[in-house]
Amino acid sequence: MTSDKSFYEFISNGVPGPEQKVGADNAILPARKLAFSRFKELGLPTIKTEEWRYTNIQRYLKDAFTLAQEEQGTVTADQLKAASIPQLDSYRAVLVNGRLQADLSVLPSEGKITVSKLSDAAGNPQLQAWFDKHPHLQSQPFAALNAALFADGLFIEAGTNATLDKPLHIIHVYTASTNAFIQPRHLVILHKSATLEVIESAVGINDNAITFVNAVTEVVLEENAELWHYNIQNTVKNSRHIHNTSATQKADSRYHHFNFTLPSAELTRNNLSVALTGSNTETNLHGLYLATGTQHVDNHTFVDHLVPNCNSNELYKGVLLDDANGVFTGRIHVNVDAQKTNAFQQNNNLLMSEKANINSQPQLEIFADDVKCSHGFTVGRFSEEALFYLRSRGIGAEAAKSLLVNAFAFDITDQVHIPALQDFLAEKIRQYVAGAINN
Amino acid sequence: MLTIKNLHAEVDGKQILKGINLEIRKGEMHAIMGPNGSGKSSLSSVLAGRENYTVTQGEVIFEGKNLLDMSPEDRAREGLFMAFQYPVEIPGVSNLHFLKTALNEIRAYHSLPALESKEFLKLTKEKQQLVDFNANLMNRSLNEGFSGGEKKRNEVFQLAMLDPKLAILDETDSGLDIDALRIVAAGVNKLRSADKAFMVITHYQRLLEYIVPDFVHVLYNGQIVKTGTKELALELEEKGYDWLKEEVHQKESV
Repeated sequence: MTSDKSFYEFISNGVPGPEQKVGADNAILPARKLAFSRFKELGLPTIKTEEWRYTNIQRYLKDAFTLAQEEQGTVTADQLKAASIPQLDSYRAVLVNGRLQADLSVLPSEGKITVSKLSDAAGNPQLQAWFDKHPHLQSQPFAALNAALFADGLFIEAGTNATLDKPLHIIHVYTASTNAFIQPRHLVILHKSATLEVIESAVGINDNAITFVNAVTEVVLEENAELWHYNIQNTVKNSRHIHNTSATQKADSRYHHFNFTLPSAELTRNNLSVALTGSNTETNLHGLYLATGTQHVDNHTFVDHLVPNCNSNELYKGVLLDDANGVFTGRIHVNVDAQKTNAFQQNNNLLMSEKANINSQPQLEIFADDVKCSHGFTVGRFSEEALFYLRSRGIGAEAAKSLLVNAFAFDITDQVHIPALQDFLAEKIRQYVAGAINN
Repeated sequence: MLTIKNLHAEVDGKQILKGINLEIRKGEMHAIMGPNGSGKSSLSSVLAGRENYTVTQGEVIFEGKNLLDMSPEDRAREGLFMAFQYPVEIPGVSNLHFLKTALNEIRAYHSLPALESKEFLKLTKEKQQLVDFNANLMNRSLNEGFSGGEKKRNEVFQLAMLDPKLAILDETDSGLDIDALRIVAAGVNKLRSADKAFMVITHYQRLLEYIVPDFVHVLYNGQIVKTGTKELALELEEKGYDWLKEEVHQKESV
């Protein structure tokens, strides 16, 4: 428990180290120890750290936390229902405080696809091969902290040519009744030509205590594999999130990542990075953030073009209300050898109040000379004339605003290939707008 | 149907309407003409409920109710429609989805059930043919990339779909070539009926050759300074507005 000590001190000296963790005897222990010393070396970022300039993480770590992931929470059927997506036909993996709960889950029985606790994959050579190996994780203190001290998470492996008849919905439930620092750790491996659709959503059950989630998901796409990865962030106000998602794409693979940040977690920081290590890949990164109140939403993305002939396309859109604060940093690196790269990036924002704020910066580092790259950033205010036009046709103010926000978000939501998820998002947008008007 | 009494309004502290009096009954077609800056579009804005206008005096009674107390959406639901001088482009909102939302909100206001998709499409087809609106434009985003003429025709199509009691056409003819003008006018003429009324705001007499008004009012300096029949419009076309301005100033000095 931290109190007068700083969070860094607390982690470095106040808690049991990696060797005390579940699965400590397995092959990844050396990697965990390495990560722990890396964390100690890197320290916690301050606003002087370039990557954290607009997100003062220190102020979110001042409270006293316990590393509570070992705690078993109980979840009722009603609570689970609140976390579900209506009409969605899917498999279901329920994680309570980062732990897979088999009794609440409906896992695929397809033999070529494994969905298990990460701790149960201890003997799997794939775990040892890929765990904490992603190059982009090496310089990130929170990813190092996770690798060192995580308790558990999911291990998903799809064999060659494997596919599922419906999406896998991962529901993260957080139940902590006292301030908790929770560190789920996931590894997703798709072997050659495997295809998977994964939806992640999160629900917080207790708003009386602070839940700080520091999650890491590593994704590996072998040749010609394809992953549709939807991440929906819609937990309670009293929750803080740092999500590190790092993918490695081999030749001909396709990664479609969607990030939806909805009300009302007070802090969301997403570090999404993709390393393109094989040619002829496709990477689509879509983000939509709807922030309200004093929410702080920070999206850092990084697309690393290491080899020729890869395509990446990135579109992030945000709608900010009240005192909400948005940050977008889109880094694109094109290696000197990565000729014929296509890399596009766009960030559009709609500010719906005078006090809402957005900091957006593209970072293009292009070292090859035969490439097509572009980036763009816009920030706009709500069009009063458009609103009046809709209202003058009999559409109420709330429905009109909802239509306009939906229209703004359309080129993101339109890319979602699961109708139930599209409906769910439209409903969330409607609620967001209604909440905004009732405030 | 509509009674405007001594209506005064201002925008940004500037008096724009300075005592408008007007009575519109069922079945009538009223034309409002006047030079630039006389307050024509302000009048339509105040009636439709544009928020940057403040009414400082007077009242507007629409079908027995105080129009000025209502939100813009309630005015529309009560049967008022304004065709915009500059229709707004809204990317991402399809024309059809927009119309369906509007129609069903109006129906809900009158405690009517929402239209079934089939009924809605039938109505759409019927009205689209009636006012000669290009069917290809219906699935597109609202007014996005439409030509000037297409936007104005879309206004008339919306008018046909929403079937209001009183329609205000705010300079619907401005910027239209003669073919587009004919089509728009023909659409409006088909929608005329004994229980509907129209207020056509225009700078040019040309429109009134195709949409024949029962009354012509001349607005100048925030007031209606002359009312007549369609012959007044012809007179204005011939002589311009200057003689009227002089008449008004003479009256003022007397």
